[in-house]
Amino acid sequence: MKILITQGHIIDPSQGIDGTGDIYIEGGKIKEIRVRNREQRTEGKEQRGKSKERRSGEEAREIQTIDARGLTVFPGFVDMHVHLREPGFEYKETIRTGTLAAIKGGFTTVCCMPNTNPVNDHASVTEFIMRKAAQEGYCAVLPIGAITKGQKGRELAEIGTMKHEGCIAFSDDGQPVMNSLMMRRALEYSKAFNVPVISHCEDLTLSEGGVMNEGLISVTRGLRGIPAEAEMIMVFRDILLAELTGGKLHIAHVSTEGSVDLVRYAKKRGIQVTAETCPHYFSLTEKAVEAYDANAKVNPPLRTERDIEAIKRGLQDGTIEVIATDHAPHHADEKLREFDQAPSGISGLETALGLSLRLVDEKVLTLPQLIEKMTLNPSKIMGIRAGTLNRGSDADIVIVDREKEYTVSPEQFASKGKNTPFSGWELRGLPVFTLSRGKLHEW
Amino acid sequence: MLNKKDLLGIKELSAEEITLILDTAGGFRDVLGRDIKKVPTLRGKTTVNLFFEPSTRTRTSFELAAKRLSTDVINFSVPTSSVVKGESLIDTALTVQALGADFIIIRHSSSGVPHLLAKKLRASVINAGDGINEHPTQALLDAFTIREKKGTIKGLHIAIVGDIAHSRVAKSNIYSLIKLGARVRLIGPPTLIPAEIADMNVKVFHKIEEGLKGADVLMTLRIQMERQDKGFFPSTEEYSKNWGLTPDRVALAKEDAIVMHPGPMNRGIEIVSEIADGPRSVILEQVTNGIAVRMAVMYLLSGYRR
Ligand SMILES: [Zn+2]
Repeated sequence: MKILITQGHIIDPSQGIDGTGDIYIEGGKIKEIRVRNREQRTEGKEQRGKSKERRSGEEAREIQTIDARGLTVFPGFVDMHVHLREPGFEYKETIRTGTLAAIKGGFTTVCCMPNTNPVNDHASVTEFIMRKAAQEGYCAVLPIGAITKGQKGRELAEIGTMKHEGCIAFSDDGQPVMNSLMMRRALEYSKAFNVPVISHCEDLTLSEGGVMNEGLISVTRGLRGIPAEAEMIMVFRDILLAELTGGKLHIAHVSTEGSVDLVRYAKKRGIQVTAETCPHYFSLTEKAVEAYDANAKVNPPLRTERDIEAIKRGLQDGTIEVIATDHAPHHADEKLREFDQAPSGISGLETALGLSLRLVDEKVLTLPQLIEKMTLNPSKIMGIRAGTLNRGSDADIVIVDREKEYTVSPEQFASKGKNTPFSGWELRGLPVFTLSRGKLHEW
Repeated sequence: MLNKKDLLGIKELSAEEITLILDTAGGFRDVLGRDIKKVPTLRGKTTVNLFFEPSTRTRTSFELAAKRLSTDVINFSVPTSSVVKGESLIDTALTVQALGADFIIIRHSSSGVPHLLAKKLRASVINAGDGINEHPTQALLDAFTIREKKGTIKGLHIAIVGDIAHSRVAKSNIYSLIKLGARVRLIGPPTLIPAEIADMNVKVFHKIEEGLKGADVLMTLRIQMERQDKGFFPSTEEYSKNWGLTPDRVALAKEDAIVMHPGPMNRGIEIVSEIADGPRSVILEQVTNGIAVRMAVMYLLSGYRR
C-alpha cells in the first residue's frame, strides 16, 4: 500500500515543520516528507528525485492519493494516559474499542494504565495486553505497569521484567502510593531501567470520602469535598523524592493552581519532573457537577476558574508539557446512579482534539505548541519512537479539518464509554483521516 | 399553586414560593385542629414513601400528611444494602412509579438522589432528606413554627448550633431563613462549620455564648456520635461542655427566645432536658406543624401541569 498525502499543512514539532507539503508512505512507513514554502525539510532531498521516477508509469496508479488541501497534517497523537479496561472490565471498554476511539480522535499511540483486573503488575498481564493489542488494536498500545503488586502500595512489582515484556512506564494510577518510603524506592529502583514513574497525586487520607472539589459548591450541594491540597501535598512530596533519588517523575493529571506552581518551582531547581493535564481540567469547572451529573465526576475533581487559568499559564510557559486524556470509560449504568457512588472518569479520546484546539483559538498556545504537547513531548517522556513524521518512522498520521464544526454526541463515540460532560458542546476541528501504522481510516 | 413538579430543596425556591407554602400550611394546620382531620383534596392519588434510609419520624409525618389529604399511601423501605446488591436506584424508582405513584417521597443517604430521580420520573418527587444536602420540609416546618411564634421571620436573629457541615436540616434552614430575611448565626466547632459557608451571608461563631447573645430563635442540631471517631471533636462530653444548650446559655438570648430541635434529641449532649422540656421549647409543636407543611407541599405540587 502506497499513500501520498498532498498539499496539506504539515505540522511536525519533532522536525520543526510548519508548512505546506506532501508525505509519501510505503510499507507502513513514512518514506518521504517534503515541505514547500518553509525552510524546514527533511534530509530526504536526494531520494525525492528517485521516488519520483519510481512513481512514474504503472506504479503511480497503485498509489492512493489524499488531497489534503485545506487540511492540517499532524503526527498521530500520543496519549500517555488512558484506561483501556481490558483485562477485567470489558463491559466498560476493550482494547479493540478503546483503540478505535483513539484513532477516531487522532491518537495513534496510547499508553494504558495498569488498574485492570488482574492489575498489570506482572509480565504475564503485560504479555496478554501486548498480544491482544497486536491482534485487535487499531493503534499502538504501550502498557504502563503497576509500581507495586496489586497497586497495594506494599511490595514493588517486577519493574525490570515488565519493562522487558513491553511496559514503558510505571504507575499506581487511581491507587496512589501513600507510603513515602515505597515511593522513594520506586523512584530509585526505576532508574536502573530508565523508566518514568507516573504519580497520581492524591493524599487519600485528606481526600477521604470526597467526590468533588471542596468549596462553596460542595457545601451547597451536600457533596463531600476534596481540597486542592490533597493533590498539592503529594505533588510536593513526589517532587522532593525525585530530588532525593534522581528518579524520573511524571505528574499525572494536574488539576490545581498550586500543583502548577510546585512543578514550576521544581523545574527551576533542576529536578527531573514532567507534568500532564487533561482537556477537562482546562475546559470545565466544578460547576459542571452542580446538578449531580456523574458524567462530570472525575478524579482529581474539576476545580475552579482560577485553577483553569493557572493550568493554561502552565501550558503556555512549558511547566505542563503534555496534554493527555485520562480516558476513563465507564458503563452508562454505573454513571446513572447516586453521585457519590458513581465511579470517577471521563471518556476523553474523542473530544480531546476539539477541546485542545480551543487553546489555540484562545491564543494560549500556538498550533505547533499544542501539537508538541500531544506528540513529541509525551514520546520524549516515555522514551518511545512515536509522535513524529520523521522519515522511516511508522506512518502514524492524522489529517484534521480545522474548520469542521460539530456537536459532541456520545452516542456516536467509538468508545464503549459514553460518559462525557461535553455532550452537546459545539467544537471545531475533527480528524478526517487517520493513518495508523500505514493503515488508512477515513472518518 | 407552585407550578413545580418536585420539591427538591429550598435552594430551588424563591421567597415568594416559600411564603406560599407557609400560608397554605396555615390552612391545613387549622384542619389538623379539628375533630375530623381529613380533607378529600387529593382523593384517588397515590403516595409512596420511598425510604432508602430508615426514619420513622419523617416517614410517619409524610404518611399522615398524605392520609389527611385522602391519598392512598404505600411505604416502600429499601435498605441501601439491597440496592447495592441488585436493582439499581433508577429501576426501583421506576417500579414504584409503575405501581401508580403520583407522589414519591424520597429519603436517601446520598446527596442529589431526589434530583436524579426527579428527572427520570413523571411523578412528583419530594425530598425527605438527601445525604448532607437538604431536608426542605424540615426547614419549611421550622419557618412555619417561627412565623407562628414570632409573627414574622424578617429581621430575626436566628442561631443554629451544631454540626452544620453534615446537617441537611441546617443547610435547608440556612437557605430558607436567609431568603425570608432573617439574620442567621452558625455556632459550632470549626471542624463542623465549613469555612466557605461564611460566603453565604451568615455569621459564624465558635463560642456559643457570643453566638446566642440577643438571639430570637435558638435551633440546635442532633450531633452524630460517629463524628467523634472521625476527629471532628474529641468526645461528646467536650462537645456538650462547649456547645450544648444549657439554661445559662439560653439566658443569654432574648427573653422571649424560642428553642427548636429537629429531633431526635440526644438529651444531655446537644441539649439538656430542662431546656428541651422548658417553657421556651417549641419542639413538639414543630412535629405537629410538620404534617401541615407536608400537606401544603403535596397540595401545591398537585397543581403542576406539564
Ligand atoms: Zn489518575
